[in-house]
Amino acid sequence: MAGRAGIFMIAGLAFFAAPGVSEVRASDTGPPGNGAPIWAECSGCHQIGPEATNAIGPNLNGIFGRKAAALDNFQYSKSLARAGRDGLIWTYETLDAYIANPRVFASGTRMSYPGLKDAAKRADLLAYLRDFSDKPRDIPEAEPTARRAMPELSADVRALAGDPEYGAYLASECLTCHQTSGADRGIPSITLWPTEDFVLAMHAYKQKLRPHPVMQMMAGRLSDGEIAALAAYFADLKE
Amino acid sequence: MNVSLNRRSFLGTLAASGAILSAPAVLGQSRPRVVVIGGGAGGATCARYIAKGSAGAIDVTLVEPAEVYYTCFFSNLYLGGFRDFDSLGHRYDKLTGDYGITHARARAAGVDRDARSVTLEGGETLSYDRLVIAPGIDFVDGSVPGWDLSRAGIMPHAYKAGPQTRLLKAQVEAMPEGGTFCMVAPPNPYRCPPGPYERVSMVAHVLKARNPTARILIVDPKEKFSKQGLFEEGWQSHYPGMITRIGPDFGGDKVEVRPDTMEIAIDGEVEKVDVCNVIPAQKAGMIAAAAGVTDDKGWAPVNPHSMASRADANVFVIGDASSQGDMPKSGFSANSQAKVAAMNIRAELTGSTAFPAKYSNTCWSLIDTDDGIKVGASYEATDEKIASVESFVSQTGEDADLRKATYEESLGWYAGITADIFG
Ligand SMILES: Cc1cc2nc3c(=O)[nH]c(=O)nc-3n(C[C@H](O)[C@H](O)[C@H](O)COP(=O)(O)OP(=O)(O)OC[C@H]3O[C@@H](n4cnc5c(N)ncnc54)[C@H](O)[C@@H]3O)c2cc1C
Ligand code: HEC
Ligand code: HEC
Repeated sequence: MAGRAGIFMIAGLAFFAAPGVSEVRASDTGPPGNGAPIWAECSGCHQIGPEATNAIGPNLNGIFGRKAAALDNFQYSKSLARAGRDGLIWTYETLDAYIANPRVFASGTRMSYPGLKDAAKRADLLAYLRDFSDKPRDIPEAEPTARRAMPELSADVRALAGDPEYGAYLASECLTCHQTSGADRGIPSITLWPTEDFVLAMHAYKQKLRPHPVMQMMAGRLSDGEIAALAAYFADLKE
Repeated sequence: MNVSLNRRSFLGTLAASGAILSAPAVLGQSRPRVVVIGGGAGGATCARYIAKGSAGAIDVTLVEPAEVYYTCFFSNLYLGGFRDFDSLGHRYDKLTGDYGITHARARAAGVDRDARSVTLEGGETLSYDRLVIAPGIDFVDGSVPGWDLSRAGIMPHAYKAGPQTRLLKAQVEAMPEGGTFCMVAPPNPYRCPPGPYERVSMVAHVLKARNPTARILIVDPKEKFSKQGLFEEGWQSHYPGMITRIGPDFGGDKVEVRPDTMEIAIDGEVEKVDVCNVIPAQKAGMIAAAAGVTDDKGWAPVNPHSMASRADANVFVIGDASSQGDMPKSGFSANSQAKVAAMNIRAELTGSTAFPAKYSNTCWSLIDTDDGIKVGASYEATDEKIASVESFVSQTGEDADLRKATYEESLGWYAGITADIFG
């Protein structure tokens, strides 16, 4: 019996591109000038610099070291506000992950930007943003260890629901807090999500990018295959 | 007793017939039978998960005398005025109606493990293929000199939710101005390690508004207690000067109570009190000892991989009554253990897969309005015990927004776990 479960978990991994390590390291962060053209990706929604005000997105002055969703005069999404309250601080590491894919941090985010996949471009952009923070030279260029990239779903994870019993057993642990009805008072709903968003959120907890201690612990001991099985289970859950 | 089958469970039964054919334990037999003693956090979850997972292939009977189960969890919030009493009550309607579970409304009086049968108080017997024992706790006689259950009408324990909880609340509200509330705290191990201290917080919350010169005395046989730094910080800021705790170094382990005169004697020194909440030492619910599955400390040792009794592989003991290792005795733990037991029972009776056990626990406590804290851990089964793998706890000095969010999380959890237990 245990054998069956084991094989399933290995099969689960095959659905992911091998999780690699992102290329952002201190030495890769380019001069701020290289980031200026990339800023065009953001400037439709964000302002930065002495005159900056909030626009579609919040102004990004002093973003390094700022708590997520900290500006009083900007209406953030519920999920980014929750991340800020839980203690998410914008650093090289968290900004890099957010710009790569905003849904890593905030599933219901209002930042409808698909993400900048190119790590070198992100590094240039971060250098550019850093220049608009207080004492930019005091900001360490990058976390000493490179960030593990988010797994990319290379095939439909629904295929992983091959053993619904497995998903059901794993999910039973979640249902002590998250309700099958989708009720979300105090604890967010996790039913009927796109599988990809679900997987991203779980990996963000597992890698301790998202700050919540309960979910860091719950996700921390799940394998990639187990996370995929859960995503498939909750995506299709009917009460 | 009637098994109520509605359309959903009837369809479930049909769908499960394939499972019956492949089930090793039941070839050529009628449906395998599981009897669950105790319809609390552990027992009701276990009954539901066996019935749901086997979709009718297993006949499940829940033996529980009560018609409505009142949760001990959140009963402190009722004492503090944050919830009404009815919100703690849960019925078994969905378990019987939606899942085809039989509710035998009686107390189990005995277990014959050789005959694999349970005798109910009325004399009726139920036979089983697997038995789940989930009776919660009972109190150790004589652990607080001067107190026994017959005095609980004067000095309530309020450690099983129900009339006792209401009595304690009424007593707190009737305290004379400037009076003394005394709690005799229990020695380890007991259900809900932060429970007594959350209760003190809630009583203080009530007194602060109604009777601000009253004081609270905790007489405690333990040197330390759960989330101590967090509670003490909270008491200092919300209820300065109101709460005194006498630990074992000052005689907290040598207390005697005198219900007739409403006095307590700490290491011989007599003090008059107005309310006395006696939480005695605890052991597994009596039926566990009657079934012969408890050890000399009064708890039932279990196999950490499955929650099966060490004494009998056909018997599973879950929740407070079990002795399993590092998990605290909590509703969350009981619910978590119940799912592992249910999965293993189904595997044994119908051939479904038993995956490796996963356990976890989180306990929230409320110190004052919107000031919630939590502690939690995840666990894995080793051959010797259920062992803690990773843990976390709220920090002192957290900001008010986070504490409020933590309290709101606990409301979400209460709604979630009660739906998970009772359907
Ligand atoms: C004040 C307080 C606060 C708490 N707060 C929390 C909290 O915030 N979070 C948390 O997780 N836990 C909390 N707990 C702990 C939690 O209530 C228990 O750990 C949990 O209820 C244990 O579940 P159980 O199934 O083992 O026992 P119980 O829930 O006590 O259920 C046992 C059931 O068995 C029945 N029974 C007993 N003997 C027999 C018999 N012979 N025949 C038939 N039926 C029988 C009883 O009627 C009862 O319904 C708290 C406890 C207290 C007292
Ligand atoms: C389509 C508009 C849009 C684009 C394009 C966009 N953003 Fe955003 N951004 C937003 C919105 C809206 C929010 C608030 C999100 C929320 O509340 O969930 C936001 C939030 C942020 C935050 C968090 C700010 C805080 O106060 O916590 C950062 C950092 C950020 N964006 C950076 C960027 C960068 C860098 C780019 C370019 C690569 C970019 N954004 C592109 C709209 C946009
Ligand atoms: C002890 C209670 C508890 C348990 C058990 C639990 N969760 Fe959570 N979960 C939470 C809380 C609280 C949050 C909000 C965390 C935050 O603020 O980031 C959350 C958030 C989430 C989110 C992100 C939701 C969002 O809107 O961004 C996902 C996904 C999730 N949980 C999945 C799971 C899965 C899968 C399991 C089971 C393996 C699980 N959870 C078990 C309490 C729990």
